[in-house]
Amino acid sequence: MKIFEFLQQDVLIKYHLVTAFAVIGITVWLSYLVSKHLTRGRIHGSAIAIFVGLVLAYFGGKLTGGSKGIADVPALAGIGIMGGAMLRDLAIVATAFGVRMEEFRKTGLSGIVSLFAGVLVSFFIGACVAYAFGYRDAVSITTIGAGAATYIVGPVTGGALGASSDVMALCVAAGLVKSILVMIVTPFVAPFIGLNNPRSALIFGGLMGTTSGVAGGLAATDPKLVPYGAMTATFYTGLGCLLGPSLIFLVIRLIVE
Amino acid sequence: MPIYGTALLSICLLIGLAVGRLLGWAVGLDKNIGGVGIAMLLLILVCDRLQKSGRIEAPTGGGITFWSSIYIPIVVAMAASQNVVAAVSGGWIAIMAGTLSVVACFALVPIISRIGGTDAEEGETTDIPS
Repeated sequence: MKIFEFLQQDVLIKYHLVTAFAVIGITVWLSYLVSKHLTRGRIHGSAIAIFVGLVLAYFGGKLTGGSKGIADVPALAGIGIMGGAMLRDLAIVATAFGVRMEEFRKTGLSGIVSLFAGVLVSFFIGACVAYAFGYRDAVSITTIGAGAATYIVGPVTGGALGASSDVMALCVAAGLVKSILVMIVTPFVAPFIGLNNPRSALIFGGLMGTTSGVAGGLAATDPKLVPYGAMTATFYTGLGCLLGPSLIFLVIRLIVE
Repeated sequence: MPIYGTALLSICLLIGLAVGRLLGWAVGLDKNIGGVGIAMLLLILVCDRLQKSGRIEAPTGGGITFWSSIYIPIVVAMAASQNVVAAVSGGWIAIMAGTLSVVACFALVPIISRIGGTDAEEGETTDIPS
């Protein structure tokens, strides 16, 4: 027992960030296996991995009674650093690399309209739900609205505004529900909304915004449509991160406070 | 060298955060207003410029793409370190917010598809004259 104790102290705890990379890597790997074999790729591995992350946070919280999820377990404290604001914002900004300005021009008027409509409608609905459930402070309402946009826009907005950790968890969960729903439901709804050509796929991507959901949903509908939807969905994240903690927050603050 | 790319990415983020913080200060809020979004715009503009003039070499790009390739694992780590116990009671908020926004956006697809004329082939989409 003594051996385990000092191994934990001198290896896992001392090198906590490295431990985090290993644990999260294994979690992601297992999630992708589940995605491939148990859902036959229907639900994307990334969505399963984020769900597993939330479940881990729940058990971590139950186990330690702390407020930082699984990161309150001493050996897993590095997960809090890996998933902290600093690396999160760095990685999210990096996803903008490789976006071409010509591609943006190609989206045309309907693409741009769909982007703004998608971001604003999702924020509006999320904010209304938050208000209906009794939230009255602009920061929490905006963060939950951002979560209804995507699970990326949510934490970026919440992080910038200083939202509490349970509201952050809610906004990730809201984005996750959206992403999984889009993955599953899109092929069934597609015939009814005319989702069968590049132009409507582009609009669909701009409205939904969840890159994993759009890519998964379109792949199940018609793989040829994936690049069109995925392209506008990428712009969505940028637009949401730009408008969420600025204009939209200020408007919501004006209304509720 | 990959570090050039990572440094470029970092500088974009720092500038974005600084501008966002100043914006927050300007409107009298103790918050960062849109910093990450500004940083993304900045990275797109700078890289677009540099790539057109052929000044980003493959390893330099690698210093950025590594970070974009691990953003899902980072989001997993972030999810795993939130106060989920306190949030579980509000689980319905997450389900309602996610579901309703999906329903609304599905409904908007055919409406927005009507904007900008008939179904044109991709790339030929009829734009407004600029």
